[in-house]
Order: sequence, then C-alpha cells, then structure tokens
Amino acid sequence: MTAPLLQLQGVNKSFGPIDVLHDISIEVNAGEVLCLLGDNGAGKSTLIRLLSGVHKPTSGRMLMDGKPVSFDDPRSASDHGIATVHQFGGTFPLMSIGRSFFVGAEPTKRWGPFEVFDRKKANEIAVREMRQLGITRITDGDRLVGGLSGGERQALAIARAVHFGARVLILDEPTAALGVKEAAHVLRIILQARKKGIAVIFITHQVTHALTVGDHFAVLIRGAKAADFRKGEKTREEVTDLMAGGEAMAGLEAEIESHLH
Amino acid sequence: MHSPPASAATPGSPETLGVSLGKLLRRPETGSLIGLICVFVFFSVFGGDTFLSVSGLASWLNIAAELGIIALPIGLLMIAGHLDLSVGSVIPASSMTVAIVSGHFGLPMPVGIACALALGLAIGFLNGYLIIRTDLPSFVVTLGTLFAVAGLTLGLSVIVAGSTSVALKSDPLTKMLLGDFINGKFEVIILWWIGAMLLVGYILGHSKYGNWILALGGDKVSARNAGIPTDKLNVALYMGSGLCAAFVGMCQAILYNSAQVSAGQSFIFNSIIAVVIGGVILTGGYGSVLGIVLGTMTFAIVNQGIYYTGFDANWASLIIGVLLLAAVLLNNTFRAMAISHSASRTKTKAAP
Repeated sequence: MTAPLLQLQGVNKSFGPIDVLHDISIEVNAGEVLCLLGDNGAGKSTLIRLLSGVHKPTSGRMLMDGKPVSFDDPRSASDHGIATVHQFGGTFPLMSIGRSFFVGAEPTKRWGPFEVFDRKKANEIAVREMRQLGITRITDGDRLVGGLSGGERQALAIARAVHFGARVLILDEPTAALGVKEAAHVLRIILQARKKGIAVIFITHQVTHALTVGDHFAVLIRGAKAADFRKGEKTREEVTDLMAGGEAMAGLEAEIESHLH
Repeated sequence: MHSPPASAATPGSPETLGVSLGKLLRRPETGSLIGLICVFVFFSVFGGDTFLSVSGLASWLNIAAELGIIALPIGLLMIAGHLDLSVGSVIPASSMTVAIVSGHFGLPMPVGIACALALGLAIGFLNGYLIIRTDLPSFVVTLGTLFAVAGLTLGLSVIVAGSTSVALKSDPLTKMLLGDFINGKFEVIILWWIGAMLLVGYILGHSKYGNWILALGGDKVSARNAGIPTDKLNVALYMGSGLCAAFVGMCQAILYNSAQVSAGQSFIFNSIIAVVIGGVILTGGYGSVLGIVLGTMTFAIVNQGIYYTGFDANWASLIIGVLLLAAVLLNNTFRAMAISHSASRTKTKAAP
C-alpha cells in the first residue's frame, strides 16, 4: 500500500501556555474526502492553519507522500500542492472573474515590445474551469466576482485551485453560509474534485453535508481527535452526539422532554 | 439544477441588451464620464464662447496636465489601497532642487533634472519602505514625510541659497521639452501627461502588474498568499508617485524660470479629488486610468471654467465639494448596480 498523500502524526499545537491541538493524527489519500467535524472552538481553524502553512506545529510530524514536510508560509504549502479555500471564497469582489482567477499567475502575450495581460485567454479559461464544475450561468469572464452567489464563489475558488494543480484541497466551512440548493451544488463540486484524484479535506459542522460526501471522518473535540471512522460506520445521530460531546446532547434531550411534560 | 446556457445570449433578446448595459456599468469610469459631460455643458452654457475658445481649452488643459501627471500614480496607489500626501512637498522640493543645482550653482540642466527626479524617487522609496516596515496607515506615514520634507526644503534652501525663492535660467532645449508653450497657449507638459496616460494605462489595464495592484487593494492577505510580491509592489508604487510629483515640480521651475518653497500644497487634495471623481474607491481594489483622466479633466474644468462665467471664483470650491460628494455617491451606485446586475439572473438559483 502506498503512503497517504497527506498525513499528520501526533501533531500538537500550543500558543504559549494554551494547548489548542493535542496529539492529532489524520491522513488523507488521493481521491478521498476527509471530513473534519467539530463544534465551534474545537480547533478546526488551527488545524487548517497548520495544513495551509500559516502556523507550524509545536511538535509532531507532517508528511506528504510519506516524506516529512514543513511549511514556512502559505506560499510553501501551496507550492506543495495544498490549496485552501475559505468560507467566502477568499476572492476579490471588485475584480473580474478572469482577473481574479489568475491573480499572481497572469497569462501574458507579446504585443510588440510589451508583455500584455491576456484577458481573453484568462476569461476563457476561468469560464471553462467553472463550467467544468457545473457553473453554466457564467459565460462572461469580465463579470465582477462580487456579482456571484456564495456557491459560485466557492466554485470559482475551487476551480482555481484545481486549475493550478492542487493535490490537497482544504475547504473551510464551504457550505456554512449557503442555502440548501447552493450547498448541494458545492457538495457536488467536492465529489467532482474527488473524482479528479484530489484529496479533499472538508471542514464543517454540518453533519448531513459531511455524511453526504465523506469517505473518512474525524471528529475534533476541544483540540483532540475524539473519533475516527469510515463511511457507513456511524449513523447521523451518533455523529451529532459525538460532536456535541455525547452526554451534553442527552442532557439537552432530557431537559426538553421535561419541558414538554 | 442548471439553466440551459443556450437561452443566456440569444442575439437581439433583452439578455444581450442586459449584458452590454452590465458591461458599461462594470466600467469604473462610467460615473466620471457623466460628471465630465455635466460640468462641461454647465460651463459651456455659463462660460460662453470664451470658455469654448482655444485659450479657454488651453487654460484648463494646462491645469489638468500638471494635476494629471500626479493624479495617475496617486490613482494607482489608491487602487492599491494607499494614499500619498507627501506629493505636496515633493513638488516644491524638486523645484528647489533643480533651481539650486542648475540655477544657484550653475551646473548643467541635465544634472539638476537628474537630482530633482532622484529626490522624488528617494522620497517615494522612503514612504514605501516605512509603510511596509511599520505597517502603519499610509495616511500617517506620508503626512509625516509631507511635513518633514517641507521643513527640510525650507531649511536647506535658506542655508544653501540664502532665500526661499531661487531663479533658474534653462537652456533652450530643456525649456522647449519641459517648460514651454505650444502655440503660445498650451504647455508642453500636456504631451507628457498624454505619455503618462499611455504608460499608466498600460500598467493598470494591460500588464500583469495591473492585476497585482487591483488584487493588493482588494485583499492584501489573499494577494500575498497568491504569490504577489506585495512589499516590492508597494515600494514601486510610492517611487512612481514620488517621481511624477518631482517631474511636475521640476517642470514648474523650468516654466516659471524660478522656484518657490511654498508651491504644491494644493496638489495633495486636488489629486485625491481628481482620482475619487474618476471612480476609484478610497478603500482600494477598483478603478481605471480612463476614469482618473476624466476625473482630472472634470476638476480642471471647474477650477478654470469659473473664471469664464460671471460668478465669483470663490464658488469654484463649492462646486468641487458638491461634485466630489456627488461623484462618490454616483460611483457607489454604479458599483452596486454593476454587482447586482451580474447577479440578477441568479435570482431563481440563489433564492434561499
């Protein structure tokens, strides 16, 4: 068996005296969706920052293809093929779709002595890549990103990551701010990315969304991994209970029960 | 789930009309074009034939060219999310530099010109460097350099030249290239302005650096994560505005055959006004060179046009103030329309 594409082994992260992550071990393979579940404050954001090169682990190892890696900054994580898409897409609302798609990697052509930004090519590629992810409404790459819906912005950001050869795609609560239909579309896009052989790390607190697309699940509670299971091993209720810390949810149910009677 | 794309753009359907309207609304200069037309019509009516004559044209074009050469790089800075107030003292500093080097000490003009431009680049570098090192707001940093450079100019001029005003006699070639009149009316700097328009238009609209500038103003952190060398870009933009301000100051000294330490303060706000009327937002990330040029012309027309009307010239500031507010509101509206217009066909999908 080959080594997982990305692997954390016993990773700890503390900020001064505060332990935020404790002994986290996870792994994700190419063409697989790993769902990171956890309530607010469970350490999901910190884990994303470790994976995307914003922070470094205090101890523990990160491996890609079985080889230890260390990211000094977000740039070096993206050079390793790790792309992070944030909740609101992390794009530029007042830039055109074509321009924002190619920020930092602009296609150019020669025009006499000048190197000219190839707007037409940029727009074409951006529109085509979004179309491949099922966004067919957008036909004009000159449109402003601010005019896209939340789901379309996610699609644009994911399309961008895929186009620039991301091997690991980290999605931070991509469905949290979306309506039901838009969320369904984003989930479909996640499955498409998986089909392309990308390892997807899907961070969410919406259990239904996770169970729809996930192959592998890890639940974080107060900075530690509370459970690690594969598709079909747990029901929706079990997962919800796990996330809320089990007893807490049972207690709440009892409380509601007593109010009703 | 998806609407069929075929229905999106049938020729002649309302959709096609909608797309071209959307295209127009998306352009940052749409509002400033309307502003320019209004102001031009207003002064054509009240200023009459003299405003529309060649000398009327020259009077506002001369003002527009001097302001425009400074407004262009300031516009780039504002699109990148910064301000540069220090131009107000770079102008007199470079005027004095060229006048002291070539006038007071009598060195050849090219030496004086090189010193003046180098001074502008150096002050720009200092601004940019301080901003990326300290991460302080550019308003505060350039306010500091504005006063510091003004003080240095005054102090050093008195020590070196013994006066706050120095005469400068330029050779005919320099005079012809930088400080003469074409046809007796049009300052030669107008041609330099056109050159600057083409250059800055290329940078912002048609080079990858334009994309970097828009991204830097849109979201600094994302821009950096996308691999844009934001620090270098910031420093380069400040050096550009320093260079252009120094160029204008130097041209003024050559045009008027003398330099004063106090010239230039009006350019601080006037350049910002021209850029904002031109459709650039103060928070950055949006704007165009055509808009900045139109905004500059609008400002210059109001500034000079008032003399061709029967009104007291003091009213010009009132008009500019009202115009500025109207421009900001109009540009905001257009921007909102541009965004909602491109979203208008998602209603069915984005409903929840």
